[in-house]
Amino acid sequence: MNPGATMAGRVRFGSAGLWALAWRQLARDRVGLASLVVLVLCLALVAASGAGLIARDWSQEVGVSYAPPGFMGPDVAHLAPESVPARAAPPRPEVYGIEDPLAGVLAEIRKDLAGGSTTESRAPTLVFGGDKWGRDVLKKTIKGTETSVLVGLLAAALAVFVGTVLGAYAGYYGGRVDDFCNWFYSVFTSIPYLLLVLAVAAVLNQKGTVTVVLILGLTGWTGVFRLVRAEYLKHKAREYILAADAIGASHASRMFVHIFPNVSHVVLVQLSLHVVLFIKSEVILSFLGFGVGVDTVSWGSMLNEAQNELIIGKWWQLAAATAAMAVLVTAFSLFTDALRDALDPRLK
Amino acid sequence: MTGVSDREILASIRDLRVDFRIDAATTLHALKGVSFDIPAHGTVALVGESGSGKSVTALAILGLLPAANATVLPGSRIAYGGRNLLEIAPRERERLRGSAISMVFQEPMSSLNPVFTVGFQLVEVLTKHLGLSGGQARARALELLREVGIPEPDARIDAYPFQLSGGQQQRVMIAMAIACEPRLLIADEPTTALDVTVERQILGLIAGLQQRRQMAMLFITHDLALVAEVADHVVVMRDGEVREQGSVAQIFEAPRDGYTRALLACRPPLEHRPRRLPVIDDFLDGRVATPGVADRSRGLRGDEQIVLDVRHLAKRFHFREGLFGKREFKAVSDASFKLARGKTLGVVGESGSGKTTLALTLVRLQPASGGEVLFDGENLLALSPRAAMRYKRRFQIVFQNPYASLNPRFTAGQILLEPMRIHAIGANDAGRCAIVCELLDKVGLPQSAFFKYPHEFSGGERQRIAIARCLTMKPEVLICDEAVSALDVSVQAQLLNLLQDLQDEYGLSYIFISHDLAVVRYMADEVMVMNGGEVVEIADADELYASPRHPYTRQLLASLPHGWRGGAARSG
Repeated sequence: MNPGATMAGRVRFGSAGLWALAWRQLARDRVGLASLVVLVLCLALVAASGAGLIARDWSQEVGVSYAPPGFMGPDVAHLAPESVPARAAPPRPEVYGIEDPLAGVLAEIRKDLAGGSTTESRAPTLVFGGDKWGRDVLKKTIKGTETSVLVGLLAAALAVFVGTVLGAYAGYYGGRVDDFCNWFYSVFTSIPYLLLVLAVAAVLNQKGTVTVVLILGLTGWTGVFRLVRAEYLKHKAREYILAADAIGASHASRMFVHIFPNVSHVVLVQLSLHVVLFIKSEVILSFLGFGVGVDTVSWGSMLNEAQNELIIGKWWQLAAATAAMAVLVTAFSLFTDALRDALDPRLK
Repeated sequence: MTGVSDREILASIRDLRVDFRIDAATTLHALKGVSFDIPAHGTVALVGESGSGKSVTALAILGLLPAANATVLPGSRIAYGGRNLLEIAPRERERLRGSAISMVFQEPMSSLNPVFTVGFQLVEVLTKHLGLSGGQARARALELLREVGIPEPDARIDAYPFQLSGGQQQRVMIAMAIACEPRLLIADEPTTALDVTVERQILGLIAGLQQRRQMAMLFITHDLALVAEVADHVVVMRDGEVREQGSVAQIFEAPRDGYTRALLACRPPLEHRPRRLPVIDDFLDGRVATPGVADRSRGLRGDEQIVLDVRHLAKRFHFREGLFGKREFKAVSDASFKLARGKTLGVVGESGSGKTTLALTLVRLQPASGGEVLFDGENLLALSPRAAMRYKRRFQIVFQNPYASLNPRFTAGQILLEPMRIHAIGANDAGRCAIVCELLDKVGLPQSAFFKYPHEFSGGERQRIAIARCLTMKPEVLICDEAVSALDVSVQAQLLNLLQDLQDEYGLSYIFISHDLAVVRYMADEVMVMNGGEVVEIADADELYASPRHPYTRQLLASLPHGWRGGAARSG
């Protein structure tokens, strides 16, 4: 076999070296590894729910309204329905002398509700309780995790992509390009964040997961831009870039083949940080009512519902959403820290 | 033990062993039992190449080894004033460090805090260690600045470090080191970062202070030529071991160890020009260069083919000043020279003389502000970037710092393949890989280097890769911008030999830029001296070194370290 050919074959896999070193460093970090395990489990859950394997029927009203969690036992009120005053509408005097046009329909509904089959099949308790409509909170949380993580990942990817490309151009070319990008950046950052978010939401003018991704992605690139620009400023003056220029490498090659691998650790850490940031932002947006649509569930919409429930003592939806968010965000943050340590190029 | 018996001994280091923990599995034995004495009023020079453990020794004496991963092994002794410094309380050691033992570091620019004035930093040392009041301390600081030869100390005491030149900064560092009248001054490569003319002044200052104050000094350096001038006693170290120690006269006149002999021989001599520089392995294997081979003759005959004709090359930088003002800085002005095919043009000058700017402008890494560079009758500077691509591969450059000039995320193979892919050299990747293997062999690297990353190579090996990268394009002109300056002397000799072999084989023309006059004399046929962006003198190498015409050239040559023979001749 031609030795040249085998070498050419191996060259393509050459870049494993530094990543292998980073992995070895990460494997030594116990906290980082534990958070990675949590993260992988979470992502597996999200993938399963996305593929429709679990929590597909989250919107089924399977339990009674505000069904308590299984470990608390069924609600006393539901156990003894006799003690509850009849739900039948009080007889109304025909004040205006007009016959109610809907009376027939309403009577039918009432009959349905009274002797209805649904109430009997509804469970008195659910694993982690039910919401107002009797939907399983556990399944809702899993589905909500899917939405939130998806929004976080996609929005972070978009923001980091925009920030990296703009930062690379600004830092590498300098001069007018840099001036233009910096002006653009300054305009963006001079607007208060929430106002900007609401403005973009108003312009897009529709609710949905894609909208939230766009809102967060298009407003969140500024920090990445600054950092990537600074890295490019630093690297473009390094001798290895001068050397690349001397051998005739093009601008694009210098920017993305030579410099990018050397700043990729910064980008990766930013990506990971922004996932956390955007998961939290999605919660705030949904809480404020600018988030995902009513047909979708996310941690934010769950928290939004939970504020009314908490007053009447139904705490489980709040607890479920908060716990899930706390676990995932903490794991992601810790993982980001570990990642930064592992990718810190101290070798140079 | 070959100690200094006839004089009082201030400190004696016995069987000093230091280990560095790299990671859980690897331990580096930085010092493997080092022993020597420092006389109370003399200067001991620690000489060795990088990794020899000379700085670790200094840090161990001061107690400044990083506690996280360094361990001083039991059995080591650093006796000072009747006590073992390794056993006294850390607090006492700290007190000793400021007052009785002090240190001057290599980089004055990074040793001074840039946000405080030099006066403030000096006063801080004085008030902290001597307990002087503010006024007293300031008066003392002024006195010290005067003693280390800072011009106008009354004005300079309130200057910030960046307002001083490198030499003045090092003087301030020395003032801080001697502020508390130490009995032992450790100088770790105090002149390595400085220009030769400044180096000379600082050496004179240190030697004078040592005499006047009757201090002991531990002078750490890689440069044997300097040792001859400052030291009484020399300790030669390699790989954490003392190879040889003795008086200066003994080390230079009758070196016993092969390594010492190699260190003395592998610096290019000023008196003659051997065909090949001896390298360390020659001495350690007992193969000493045969003296019978004739010296290489350099110089131009006048009928050589001219490959590169540079006329009135200029490079100006503009700085904004005030709101609308512009200040012009002439980095290179009106440089004209010719380069003959297969010959070497040496360019010498101090930092800021425009040598590197000249190189970068020649290869179009920076746009020129004026002049012509004629190559094959074509003015390179007037070409469009697209048209210039054809000339790029014929015109290559090797940079100074081999640690910065290779992309850390590329393997050596990728680094060498890239230029061939860009310039479509070789039919396919398999063919290119064959060329790469050939070149690796040529520059003296094993085939296994192909898959390694730059951080896995030593400095000399990295510079070999940088040279091989240029060779992939079969250039005609190679510019070496301080290409061997960052390397140890023994590695320097190997690379100079390599460059010479390549010139002999391929007929390359070199522009060899260096601040090192001895190296330039060894390599160059013709030498160009630059000062302040201007070419002050061009002449054949032998002629220029023998009879310099321009006063600046004379000043430059006078600052060359005299070495042992020169020093002996001077004093005798």
